[in-house]
Amino acid sequence: MIALSIRNLQKTYANGVVALRGIDLDVQQGDFFALLGANGAGKSTAIGIICSLVNKSSGSVQVFGHDLDRDPVAVKQCIGLVPQEFNFNQFEPLEEIVVNQAGYYGVERGEAFRRAEICLRQLDLWDKRREMARSLSGGMKRRLMIARALAHQPKLLILDEPTAGVDVEIRHAMWGLLREINQQGTTIILTTHYLEEAERMCRHIGIINQGEIIERSSLSQLLNKLNTQCYELNLGKDLPHFSDQSVDGFVLSRLNDLTLQVEVPKEQSINNLFALLSKRGIEVVGMRSAQNRLEQLYMDIVANSRKGAAK
Amino acid sequence: MKRPSLNRIAFQTIYIKEVLRFMRIWLQTVVPPGVTTALYFVIFGNLIGERIGEMDGYSYIEFIVPGLILMSVITSSYSNVVSSFYFSKFGHHVEELLVSPVSNWVILTGYICGGVTRGVVVGILVTLVSLLFADVSIHSYGLTLAVFVLTSVLFSLAGFINAIYANSFDDISIVPTFVLTPLTYLGGVFYSIQLLPEFWQTLSLVNPVLYMVNAFRYGILGVSDINLGVAFTIILLFIVVLAGFSLSLLRRGVGIKS
Repeated sequence: MIALSIRNLQKTYANGVVALRGIDLDVQQGDFFALLGANGAGKSTAIGIICSLVNKSSGSVQVFGHDLDRDPVAVKQCIGLVPQEFNFNQFEPLEEIVVNQAGYYGVERGEAFRRAEICLRQLDLWDKRREMARSLSGGMKRRLMIARALAHQPKLLILDEPTAGVDVEIRHAMWGLLREINQQGTTIILTTHYLEEAERMCRHIGIINQGEIIERSSLSQLLNKLNTQCYELNLGKDLPHFSDQSVDGFVLSRLNDLTLQVEVPKEQSINNLFALLSKRGIEVVGMRSAQNRLEQLYMDIVANSRKGAAK
Repeated sequence: MKRPSLNRIAFQTIYIKEVLRFMRIWLQTVVPPGVTTALYFVIFGNLIGERIGEMDGYSYIEFIVPGLILMSVITSSYSNVVSSFYFSKFGHHVEELLVSPVSNWVILTGYICGGVTRGVVVGILVTLVSLLFADVSIHSYGLTLAVFVLTSVLFSLAGFINAIYANSFDDISIVPTFVLTPLTYLGGVFYSIQLLPEFWQTLSLVNPVLYMVNAFRYGILGVSDINLGVAFTIILLFIVVLAGFSLSLLRRGVGIKS
């Protein structure tokens, strides 16, 4: 079943800014989908329309078969939103925020308190339940937004940059939690600027640029499009007189005395690279990817799209 | 989830949230009207009122009791809704309601009932304060209660519309300062319009607050400058128009959606 189906979605704001130029997008039930794009590309507008925060100019949105125009109540009941900005009442206790959210979706008050306990415990906020939201740290506020979005047990969870400004430890904990939620059957749509996050978590990727979807495929298909992969090698001995060179398709560049950067073409194997280096007496003690693979692809796709638009 | 059940629970949630909001800060929301009214009674009732003598057959302090109670109800209902809804816009937590399946009329009813509840709580407090200064007996309980609630509903709706259009905290204080207060003070709270020259009497009739104050005064004292039928027609007409307009604003997302 299709969790989200968007057809020819367009949005022009009152000031004349065209945010969406007729996008089509399908997200399957159970998917973990990443919607990527630069600032102002149209991600938040698209999410705003799906969640009824922004009025669309034209086009259609269906969520689990319910049409947003014909049955907005059914659509809204399916969705849980974690927006980019903190949008809860900072002067309300945490428990009240989650209970109220459940109430807006028709969850009886007793059951709402039970669910609030589950969600707050899951997000490690139960001990803070009586505190005002304004007293929480940034990471806790992000977690509160997730707890709130889960209160009515949505089938589709939409997260707009949920880990922005969150420290590494909390980010990893949130990744774990989102994976768990997805494994339990909730479809997740994520927008993020951290492409590493999208590569780690998502099965399908959509890239939006200047109000148009310019790429939409599975992560594995997308990564297959990479023609080269770039690595940084830490060397055991200095290479003071090494000059940049291309050998058997490998492009080797010296970054400093103890670091080499190597571009490995898609058809070449890493074993061949090590054999080559070994033959030249270069000892490698460590290796890491010089650039996130998805980041590399993202940059290529967006650049190609811009070139296409310029033509 | 069936719609009636969803609407009932959502209404209950908004209502409880609204009541908890103003009760949490009762020192700012409930107590001040009691203090202000006590000062009015001391100054206008006791000190100046004794020199004024009777008005419409009642001592001046008894005459101003209904108007002062209703003035507190008007101000409290209006300010409760305008500040709560504007603050939810300002803090973006109105989005919690917009993304949820709550119907617009449920949102409106929840906020209005919150405003009416604060009006009732403040009204009861002010009435208790007035009993310390004047011997008040109620002429018609039903009529008094009806005007009390309907006025509260009307000004809660006005506060809601103000909040929708407001873009800054200044915008939510402009209407109370430059419209609501003059209308209330010139709405016969402190005087009978029969004391005014004919031109000002006629002009006073365009002030809707005059009808509410007089209908409320009739409920408590049994005297009024205005025909009760006309007063109720005007109050109900305003409620219908403002409610319809509020729902239209919500449906179009004015001030709350891009």
